Amino acid sequence: MSQISKQGLSRRALLSRAAAAGALAVAGAGFIAAPDAAWAVEVSNVSEHEMATLLQMARDIYPHDKVGDRFYAIAVKSYDSEEQKQAVAEGIAALDAAAKEAGFEDYLSTGWEADRVAILRRIEDTPFFQTVRGGLVTGLYNQKEVWPIFGYQGESYSEGGYINRGFDDIDWL
Amino acid sequence: MAEAAKFELGDDSVVVIVGTGAGGGVLANELAQKGVKVVALEAGGRYLPEDYVNDEWESFGQLAWTDPRTTSGDWRVAKDFSGLPAWIVKAVGGTSIHWAGASLRFQDHEWRARTTYGEVEGASLLDWPLDAAEMAPWYDKAEAKLGVTGVGGRPRLPGNNNYLVFEKGAKALGYQEVHTGNMAINSVEYDDRMSCQQTGFCFQGCKWGAKWSSAYTDIPRGEATGNLEVRDHAHVARILHDDSGKVTGVEYFDKDGNLQMQKARIVCVAGNSFESPRLLLNSASSMFPDGLANSSGQVGRNYMRHTTGSVYATFERPVRMWRGTTMAGIIRDEAKHDPSRGFVGGYELETLALGLPFMAAFLDPGAWGREFTTALDSYENMAGMWIVGEDMPQADNRVTLSDAEDSFGLKVANVNFSDHPNDVAMRNHAYKQGVAIYDAVGATRTLPTPPYPSTHNLGTNRMSEKPEDGVVDRNGRAHDVANLFVSDGSQFTTGAAENPTLTIVALAIRQADHIAKEMAAGNI
Ligand SMILES: Cc1cc2nc3c(=O)[nH]c(=O)nc-3n(C[C@H](O)[C@H](O)[C@H](O)COP(=O)(O)OP(=O)(O)OC[C@H]3O[C@@H](n4cnc5c(N)ncnc54)[C@H](O)[C@@H]3O)c2cc1C
Ligand code: SF4
Repeated sequence: MSQISKQGLSRRALLSRAAAAGALAVAGAGFIAAPDAAWAVEVSNVSEHEMATLLQMARDIYPHDKVGDRFYAIAVKSYDSEEQKQAVAEGIAALDAAAKEAGFEDYLSTGWEADRVAILRRIEDTPFFQTVRGGLVTGLYNQKEVWPIFGYQGESYSEGGYINRGFDDIDWL
Repeated sequence: MAEAAKFELGDDSVVVIVGTGAGGGVLANELAQKGVKVVALEAGGRYLPEDYVNDEWESFGQLAWTDPRTTSGDWRVAKDFSGLPAWIVKAVGGTSIHWAGASLRFQDHEWRARTTYGEVEGASLLDWPLDAAEMAPWYDKAEAKLGVTGVGGRPRLPGNNNYLVFEKGAKALGYQEVHTGNMAINSVEYDDRMSCQQTGFCFQGCKWGAKWSSAYTDIPRGEATGNLEVRDHAHVARILHDDSGKVTGVEYFDKDGNLQMQKARIVCVAGNSFESPRLLLNSASSMFPDGLANSSGQVGRNYMRHTTGSVYATFERPVRMWRGTTMAGIIRDEAKHDPSRGFVGGYELETLALGLPFMAAFLDPGAWGREFTTALDSYENMAGMWIVGEDMPQADNRVTLSDAEDSFGLKVANVNFSDHPNDVAMRNHAYKQGVAIYDAVGATRTLPTPPYPSTHNLGTNRMSEKPEDGVVDRNGRAHDVANLFVSDGSQFTTGAAENPTLTIVALAIRQADHIAKEMAAGNI
């Protein structure tokens, strides 16, 4: 249940070669990146389209508007592996097929979240969806860097607990 | 301090205790203090306050029992956490490392559940073969050992933010018995342990030692007598017996995975309510074909887990419930038996806080999308409470041996559980009250949350007057085997509305007294 490594995210150099493709992530040769160059994920086992779709799927499963894409990218990064690549290819193909059935080109190019969520509902009982969703519970919410966005303060022993730091400071009751 | 004892595997004068949690750890120390030689075998490793981590998942990885188990029945845990029916510890000190510290006595009538509630269809209710008057002095000793607040002249803890919200709502609804609880957490220095620093990671092991755990109190004190040897990473596989039907020792896998045999004069089983019946069932022999001490067929049956659930609520402004004690206060008004509410027995409401990582996992397991995530977006403005009520014992809610095996090749426990209609009615009542409490303080949204994997596990080797109704007698001694005892929460005849550990500890202190006397008299 440990945190997912952030390796591969600091490769801003890759961005110079990036070609724009969609609002969320930019897919280039062997990586996807934020349009504003804030982060990038290198992919070597799954395709750029698959990783970008996984990232969008992660956002749509657990959407937090104040949580940046880079945290979702960290959460799905581990799917870029030899062991996962077949499951990812099949899962994303099924997701794109479901998008087509719903009248869209593919999942990524479906513009509205509500439409994408409706597509996800069609596949939510599949092992692929459940694996991605289950993995996000720790992959996203157990990133210490995400906690401050929710106000959660984490470890407190080293600061002497809250006895002098507001354990009873509520002022609106 | 005396060297911790070392006993020979062939020493058949020792008492062997399986498990070192709230029950086993206390029993080990109490016996050692009386001069009885004890070998305590613990499947997990040793961790002390300096080892505990203020991080929910990392701590889970360090302490939790994650050996395989299987589940069945219609409880939601079987779907959402099919391999994790319980959230309990595998370590020296057992689940007393995890626990929140709420330490309540049973109410008098709860010792007589069958008599008080009458016949309840589908329930296998029974009166305890013990009563409140008989238990009172043992509760006194248990409260003094644990340093329980609000009794014995010990002040209560201060209330944190989560408590203050809860208290305000409770008072608005007219509840009378509302306070910061009876907690095995020091409000002032006590018994060489410091007072609570309101750190807020009580479930992850108290790094200050302010909360009682057998891991750093009873166990080292027992060892200091020179009468107690604790072997960690010692997983007991089977209890052995002779032709006369008395137990003679146990087989266990040691640190290196080698099978060892420890002889014993007496064996006490305290592995918590899944592992204790599993061990008895795995100890079947030609003489005890259905499992040791199981002539009644009751081993593993009547599994109880308390009727639980949580209510979280969000507010316009911050609460920051994670600051301070995890279980910071209680409402006791609903704990009474009042069948006009549509169910027998009662429930307690206790504050509870989870960190963000556990909140994400347990708020609504399996849920996704904005209905779920917008609740988490308000995490900072959230308050929470936990419901703990008496559930009905049912014969088919039971631990049996599964076809699955653990890494030692031992059959694992399958836990079958379905709610009784009384449990459902009680939970729904409690949800309604919990929601009303938070609404009274201006909640913007309330979230009645399903039960977590079990933290209270009770009843699978229950105590009974008559041998055909249960597994052990009023002293926790097996009806069928004269020198075999059960020393944990699996002895519970019924669960009562209260968190169980104070009663487990009181029973262990009482049992130590009984065993020492019987040994001295030459009766066992
Ligand atoms: C998060 C949480 C909060 C809780 N809060 C409270 C509370 O506020 N108040 C309260 O009263 N209770 C609380 N509880 C419950 C309390 O922790 C348990 O009731 C209590 O610890 C049970 O004691 P026990 O001796 O039966 O088992 P445990 O304390 O679980 O000890 C059993 C030990 O036996 C070992 N073992 C099992 N099988 C074997 C084997 N085959 N060989 C060797 N060793 C073995 C295990 O590894 C374990 O260490 C809480 C529990 C949890 C998880
Ligand atoms: S809140 Fe108190 S009892 Fe709980 S872990 Fe912190 S110091 Fe220990």
